Amino acid sequence: MALELTAERKQRLAALVGRYPNKAAACLPALHVVQEEHGAIDADAVEYVARLLEIPTGRVEEVASFYTMYKRKASGRYHIEICTNLTCSLMGAEHLREVLARELGIQPGQTTRDGMFTLSEVECLASCGTAPVLQVNGEFHEGLTPDRVKALVGELRTRAAGG
Amino acid sequence: MAGERLLTRNWDTPDAVRLPVYEQRGGYKAARKALGMTPAEVIAEVKKANLRGRGGAGFPAGVKWGFINAAAPTKYLVINADEGEPGTFKDRVLMERDPHQLVEGCIIASYAIGAHHCYIYIRGELPKAAKTLTGAIAEARAHGYLGKSCFGRPFELELTVHRGAGAYICGEETALLESLEGKRGEPRLKPPFPAVVGAFGQPTIVNNVETISAVTHVLERGGDAFTALGLPGDGGTRIFCLSGHVKKPGLYELPVGTPLRTLIYEHGGGIREDRALKAVIPGGSSTPVLLPEHLDAPLSVDGLKAVGSMIGSAAVIVMDETTCVVRAMWRLARFYHHESCGQCTPCREGTGWLERVLWRIETGVGRDGDVDLLKSIAENMMGNTICPLGDAAAMPTLGFLNRFRTEFEQHVLQGKCPFGGRFALPAGWQA
Ligand SMILES: Cc1cc2nc3c(=O)[nH]c(=O)nc-3n(C[C@H](O)[C@H](O)[C@H](O)COP(=O)(O)O)c2cc1C
Ligand code: SF4
Ligand code: FES
Repeated sequence: MALELTAERKQRLAALVGRYPNKAAACLPALHVVQEEHGAIDADAVEYVARLLEIPTGRVEEVASFYTMYKRKASGRYHIEICTNLTCSLMGAEHLREVLARELGIQPGQTTRDGMFTLSEVECLASCGTAPVLQVNGEFHEGLTPDRVKALVGELRTRAAGG
Repeated sequence: MAGERLLTRNWDTPDAVRLPVYEQRGGYKAARKALGMTPAEVIAEVKKANLRGRGGAGFPAGVKWGFINAAAPTKYLVINADEGEPGTFKDRVLMERDPHQLVEGCIIASYAIGAHHCYIYIRGELPKAAKTLTGAIAEARAHGYLGKSCFGRPFELELTVHRGAGAYICGEETALLESLEGKRGEPRLKPPFPAVVGAFGQPTIVNNVETISAVTHVLERGGDAFTALGLPGDGGTRIFCLSGHVKKPGLYELPVGTPLRTLIYEHGGGIREDRALKAVIPGGSSTPVLLPEHLDAPLSVDGLKAVGSMIGSAAVIVMDETTCVVRAMWRLARFYHHESCGQCTPCREGTGWLERVLWRIETGVGRDGDVDLLKSIAENMMGNTICPLGDAAAMPTLGFLNRFRTEFEQHVLQGKCPFGGRFALPAGWQA
């Protein structure tokens, strides 16, 4: 099925493209907007961006595969990204990663079978002063402890059950 | 906090993200002042300030601006807001708590170098900072501070927030420019330097968020007064990112030249549970580790160079006596391996090799000669790559080996990690 965007997003995309001296430069922002709507950068998304920016699909593909934030397939409803870089590890992040893996029943890089959670281990999130930290769908949770991590997972499960 | 706060002065005023409040607190005076001067006068003021780049390399901002070809018709200012050097967390807060300070700095710097479009390249993982900044830009435009004629003067400026998408290497300025142009973030060979051929083939100045935020204060109080706050060749205050095993981690704005000891023991409250200090990484993960005997070193470009390290991004990571330095170095090597863009063989292969050998040593299966092997891998990476990421992985490896060689050898001799193969858990946590 060909990919379609909402009118609002189309407008945003057009405005974004106008911010650069050439269309091809808008590749990163365009991929962000398309992923927001589509959930991932698959072949349809690549095709869409290529046509919009009038560049070969190979060029878009090359960019999409370089950056970690472009998901090649959609992640779970809640994407938990835990930082285990040096400061967070000094403050207990390796242990929290184990706690999360146990709570969710998955390893980093995996998604729960019900599609609710994806767990990733990520590099320094520029929040070392409040380490250890993680992000859920881009939102920070800082100064974590094992209890707070367990409570967070519980909260997300309740939120999901509530609709 | 000792001394005067410039860059962080609005941080306790949550509403300062809004233009009227920022302005009420003295904001946008410096930009108005700058636009009444000639661009050359503005550059001269920044030179007098001895403002060293806050992104890592410590290059004097005014000198860099002086390299731009004033006659070129199209020039760009690009702000490096890709904050990703492990240990660094100041730029995110500068954008979240005082976005107008950065916008004002962008206006001043763009005017000085003759740029009419400034791009702020912000790390993709910081959506809140991007949103706050976008809001501030819209406000400034609505007030006529940006756009066709900034502050009613014959100077046009557009500001665009460009979001990255997850790649540490894009913090390196030429990779950042590639990424801004919509490509893979692969560093370019230098020369040509960005001031000659930068974004979209045009002369470009790339500066860090904190550098440009500080420019606002340089104009506000004058270059000489700014220098006087710090050291003669390294002026002003800067924001230190203190993290790890201290009682009070956080951001501390202090005069350049403040001793490392003052930061850790006075501002940071000392080591957690009053343990002994073992090691300090003083300027972000790429800088060589220091020992307790270096605590009197002044936190400045030259002060840390004198003790064999670097100020880098002023990210001070503190490790207490429970820390296994092999594990610490392994974690950093894993990071560099993951982030190598793969263009140069010594970096692509070397970082992977470092990671594997360090893991071998840490997990008790290190072999005779592995410690020397690490040294030779790192030495072969130094200076043999397109961008400094290769060096950034090699330098801390050599630093740890120089300062803690015995600990590496003990791992190999004992066939196990003397620290139990993990980092000690924080007080009160159960394994
Ligand atoms: C691998 C690598 C990563 C870097 N990451 C950053 C970064 O996240 N932020 C930054 O401002 N500078 C970073 N730099 C330094 C930039 O290349 C550049 O020197 C800096 O943006 C110049 O600004 P300044 O002179 O204001 O410090 C990095 C350099 C390297 C080699
Ligand atoms: S040194 Fe590493 S990161 Fe830099 S260009 Fe070479 S391979 Fe890429
Ligand atoms: S090390 Fe985890 S946020 Fe920096």
